Amino acid sequence: MSEARGAILDRIRAAKGASSTASAAETYAQISRTYLHGGDRDREGIVDLMEERLREYDAGVFRVAHDEAGAIVARLLQARGLSRVLVPAGLPTEWMRGCEFVVDAAFNAGELDSFDGVLTTATVGIAETGTIVLQNAPGQGRRAITLVPDYQMCVLRVDDLVETVVEAMGRLEKTKELATTFFSGPSATADIEMTRIKGVHGPRFVDVLLVS
Amino acid sequence: MSRIPLDPRTAPSFQTAAKVSLQDAQLRKNVKHATEVIQAKRKKLVDEKKDWQELREAGRQIRAHSLAHLEIYLEEFERNFTRAGGVLHWARDAKEAQEIVVRLTKEIGADEVIKIKSMTTEEIQLNRALEAAGVKAYETDLAELIIQLGEDQPSHIVVPALHKNRAQIREIFMREMDLPDLGDTPQDLADAARTFLREKFLRVKTGVSGANFLIAETGGICIVESEGNGRMCLTMPETLIAVVGIEKVIPRFQDLEVMLQILARSATGERMNPYNSIWTGVHEGDGPKAMHVVLLDNARTDVLADGEGRQTLQCIRCAACLNACPVYRQTGGHAYGSVYAGPIGAILTPQMMGMEHAQSLPYASSLCGACYEVCPVKINIPEVLIHLRHKVVERSGWWAPEKVAMKAVAAVFRSEKRFRAAQRLGRMAEAPLVKKEKQVEGLVQLKGSETTTPGWIGWLPGLMGGWTDTRDLQAMPKETFRDWWEKR
Repeated sequence: MSEARGAILDRIRAAKGASSTASAAETYAQISRTYLHGGDRDREGIVDLMEERLREYDAGVFRVAHDEAGAIVARLLQARGLSRVLVPAGLPTEWMRGCEFVVDAAFNAGELDSFDGVLTTATVGIAETGTIVLQNAPGQGRRAITLVPDYQMCVLRVDDLVETVVEAMGRLEKTKELATTFFSGPSATADIEMTRIKGVHGPRFVDVLLVS
Repeated sequence: MSRIPLDPRTAPSFQTAAKVSLQDAQLRKNVKHATEVIQAKRKKLVDEKKDWQELREAGRQIRAHSLAHLEIYLEEFERNFTRAGGVLHWARDAKEAQEIVVRLTKEIGADEVIKIKSMTTEEIQLNRALEAAGVKAYETDLAELIIQLGEDQPSHIVVPALHKNRAQIREIFMREMDLPDLGDTPQDLADAARTFLREKFLRVKTGVSGANFLIAETGGICIVESEGNGRMCLTMPETLIAVVGIEKVIPRFQDLEVMLQILARSATGERMNPYNSIWTGVHEGDGPKAMHVVLLDNARTDVLADGEGRQTLQCIRCAACLNACPVYRQTGGHAYGSVYAGPIGAILTPQMMGMEHAQSLPYASSLCGACYEVCPVKINIPEVLIHLRHKVVERSGWWAPEKVAMKAVAAVFRSEKRFRAAQRLGRMAEAPLVKKEKQVEGLVQLKGSETTTPGWIGWLPGLMGGWTDTRDLQAMPKETFRDWWEKR
């Protein structure tokens, strides 16, 4: 194996001349980044934009005050007729209302599939693209739990919402080595005649609570 | 289309294969519809980005920089990926990569794998190698599933089954999934795929993928997708094997702020595709317990060695150039005889074949430049096409018609005497072929031009007939500029 490694690295150096860590660092700093970093909306405008984008993806969006979040969770789960919902460790208990909640305990694939839905928080939201970023952290859990159940509810604090992708990547810088999933609405495909169809393998139904 | 994988070493020339595609009215209709829809979506979302050109330029610079310091970033990726619990393998060519993946499946005793759509595994014909070793590979991307079940070949980098319409897909699913009552809406077809694959996602213990980006700084991997099949394959199995071209590395996590913005808009005309996964090696209690990356050269270093062709490796596989190409939109992808179709395929494939095969591909273009205009990392595809045409001619013998003609022209243009003689000769030779100026309706005849309008040639013999097959050639003027100047 190391034979192939040496051969490929040699071929690369022969192809373009050898480089060095110092010269890489120096030229990296010169990359022009004149694209927009922040947006021009105020807080209310950012929340409006996030709501609009999520609705375009056919996700449910609910703007709620912090104190009412638990009641809204209960109402939404009951309206959808869900009885057993998976949650990660570290989720605030005041939100677990309205049905049976089971804390993830390294369930296997079949067990994950038996849940009606999943409820988590999020690390950051991106209004421009209607994207929510989940990481393996308390309240969000491992990647499989937000993938296998057919229904996903996500509670995003408005304070964790930014306007642009660039701002979001800046916020993720500190936790960049965690397992990370960006999701923009329910799973979808356009593989058949470029018609966007909601819901293939990930959750087909997504509700987002924007909590102020 | 057949089960035989697209292979530039055995494929007919583009011009031959294109004639077959052009006869297929259904295929042309499907390709036209799909490319028009993606282009319209892309245009709308690119137009709303005020800083699109700045993002393109940053994208170009990040990719060019990564290639200029490729060995530094690969070694950095290796260190960080290994530290995070991953196992890195290096493969010089397709065969070596196949052997590594087959060996890994044997070591864990896997007789089936679930796959994320990956052009790199198509390139190395991995499914065939796995099959030969007794390992069944299940494609899980909807389009790849259509291709696999229909025993077809991919015709597009992002939407591999774009040449099939819903009726054709329904037929394949009814037959292969044994669903006699299947409906024909896209939703019915997607639901059928969900049910068909669900059991495999929950059961199969080994995943195989490609990758969109390798992040040197963290040893991280980024995969973008729409359906969630990718997330299934990269989180549910116990072992994940990713086959990745060496050019896919980017320096830092932060660079994704550019890449993610330009990729989704260019590829599918979305602000962001439904899912992006970014992870670093093995995460305790989250996803596979074993993570392998097979770094593949397979002639990429040859492309890197060509100063003008090198920019080809900047490609992030968005396929915007395919959708924009007036040639691809007529022929579809199979005519290119490679898994990489369209303008990017026309420059990538011949270079990866060391110019030994696929020599017709640099000519599969009108050089209109639409591909360059839409490329999110500003690969100057027309420039590379011309460079490769030059190489094709260089490689041919002295008797190659293009070479002989160019030599003759050079000799004539070097001397005024020869140039004037050639003009006289040309005027004599063309005389029997020239027809009088047709009276074109609406064309204003300039005063005095009745005597100087040279007329038109509708037929030329031999090789030169390539021009007059599709358009008329204006005859040489009776009086040249020099003659006129001297008479003043």
